[in-house]
Amino acid sequence: MSAVAIISIFTLAVFVGFEVVSKVSSTLHTPLMSGANAIHGVILVGAIIVADHSTTNLELGLAVGAIVLATINMVGGFVVTDRMLEMFKGKK
Amino acid sequence: MSRTIYDLIGLFAGVCFILALKGLSHPKTARRGNKIGALGATIAMLVVFFYANEGSSLPLNNLGWILGAIAVGALVGVPAARKVQMTQMPQLVALFNGVGGGAAALVAIVEYLHLGDTATTAEVIFTVFTVIVGCVSFSGSIITFMKLQELMTTRPVVFPGGRFVIAGTLVAVLGVAVWVVTALGTTPLLVLAGLSLLFGVLFVLPVGGADVPIVISLLNAFTGLTVAASGYVLDSVLLIIAGTLVGASGTILTRLMAEAMGRSLFGTLFGAFTAKPQDTSGVAEDRPVRSGSPDDVAILLNYARRVVIVPGFGLAVAQAQHTVRELADLMISKGIDVAYGIHPVAGRMPGHMNVLLAEANVPYDQLLEMDEVNPTFGQTDVAIVIGANDVVNPAAQNTPGCPIYGMPILEVSNAANVIFLKRSMRPGFAGIENELLYDPKTMLLFGDAKASLTKVVGALKAL
Repeated sequence: MSAVAIISIFTLAVFVGFEVVSKVSSTLHTPLMSGANAIHGVILVGAIIVADHSTTNLELGLAVGAIVLATINMVGGFVVTDRMLEMFKGKK
Repeated sequence: MSRTIYDLIGLFAGVCFILALKGLSHPKTARRGNKIGALGATIAMLVVFFYANEGSSLPLNNLGWILGAIAVGALVGVPAARKVQMTQMPQLVALFNGVGGGAAALVAIVEYLHLGDTATTAEVIFTVFTVIVGCVSFSGSIITFMKLQELMTTRPVVFPGGRFVIAGTLVAVLGVAVWVVTALGTTPLLVLAGLSLLFGVLFVLPVGGADVPIVISLLNAFTGLTVAASGYVLDSVLLIIAGTLVGASGTILTRLMAEAMGRSLFGTLFGAFTAKPQDTSGVAEDRPVRSGSPDDVAILLNYARRVVIVPGFGLAVAQAQHTVRELADLMISKGIDVAYGIHPVAGRMPGHMNVLLAEANVPYDQLLEMDEVNPTFGQTDVAIVIGANDVVNPAAQNTPGCPIYGMPILEVSNAANVIFLKRSMRPGFAGIENELLYDPKTMLLFGDAKASLTKVVGALKAL
């Protein structure tokens, strides 16, 4: 991918990121942080890619460690956010 | 699967993440937003198994290891998230953030080892960035976890010359970073990782307990940026989008949180180095306080017209949310006007109290935010402070130089009577003495919040 394309994607994503959370009540700060935290667990995708092309035991060992940690981040993150938000139900 | 389809599915997942963050910003759509995010992440993960990267073929190499590692991660993460107590959720989020940062650093290290001499300078620079920031996020989050779990002191840890040690470590990190980029060896990279871990610890140690949530949010944004940088090295549009989104929204969220606490980000991170030592802590210990019995409290409440309940972390620890609702309902049935005054950062995290009280089905319209409730304390007969301290501490308004100075507080001292339900005279999370405890109109009811409230409910029923 060209450098310009990557910089474009990055810049636009920065603005979208700023924009979507610019107005949020303090009630939702914690769940929002937790949800964003779960989203960066998608580094799991990166961990799987490097595990795929690992050639030495050292690389594979580190990659497997990365997969375990990333899965904890991603799966645990979404589950704990859901549990927080479960408490909000029934409120208008 | 062709590269085009793979990238388009990645884009779809990226859109899911945008919708997730958008949804999470509004109470009504929050839960759906989180589910959309989970959907996007799941799709992103599944699709990797059907696309062969350059020089690779399907099925993926080391498939057994990959699936096994995912299973282990899920077996650790899901029960932890399911079983955690409401009081411990902030720590768990910190821990999840830390392992995410650690994962990003490991991915960068593996890719670096794999690329060896073929890495371009740009790739090495992004790798170095990911290793530094990922390691800082990892070790920093572990320290925030230990602070919140009270495995170590919650007060700022400052040692003589601390700021020089931190500055020195940072210079060393940057120096080694240049070394890695020029020398391209495994050893420099491991030295870099080690120094970065150390820097993460030093960076978070001076942060006082009450500011820890802000730091977690900042480290969360950091981890997002490492994911974006990994996306560049691994040529993954999805990782760039997802990581940048989290980095940007996390930065804004960090600022919003700091604003809610009336803190500047700079003050949060470096306040401990500039704050003057407090002189109130030593003299305040021996002064008399007025402690009462549950019956005294019940009588006071029985003749009140308006009561404001101010919950804090102590309520969460005692799991007293149902009991406090019982008390509120009882007072309402006696014709007393009851409201909850919710400080934005009461508990260990913004919104902690709302979540806790919602669990006990407290009607939403009884929960008043700080700006709504503060002007009403003048007409309030009794303010009941349950396990809160720093968020009602007048020192935030009248003691310049104390760690919470400038933080907006709930002005309970304007109420005619103040009742504190406390476990002991121990100061709050920020470690500051509270003058209000010694005020003549304050009555203290010592004990576990749930036990105390149960007794008050019993006494009030008997009246």
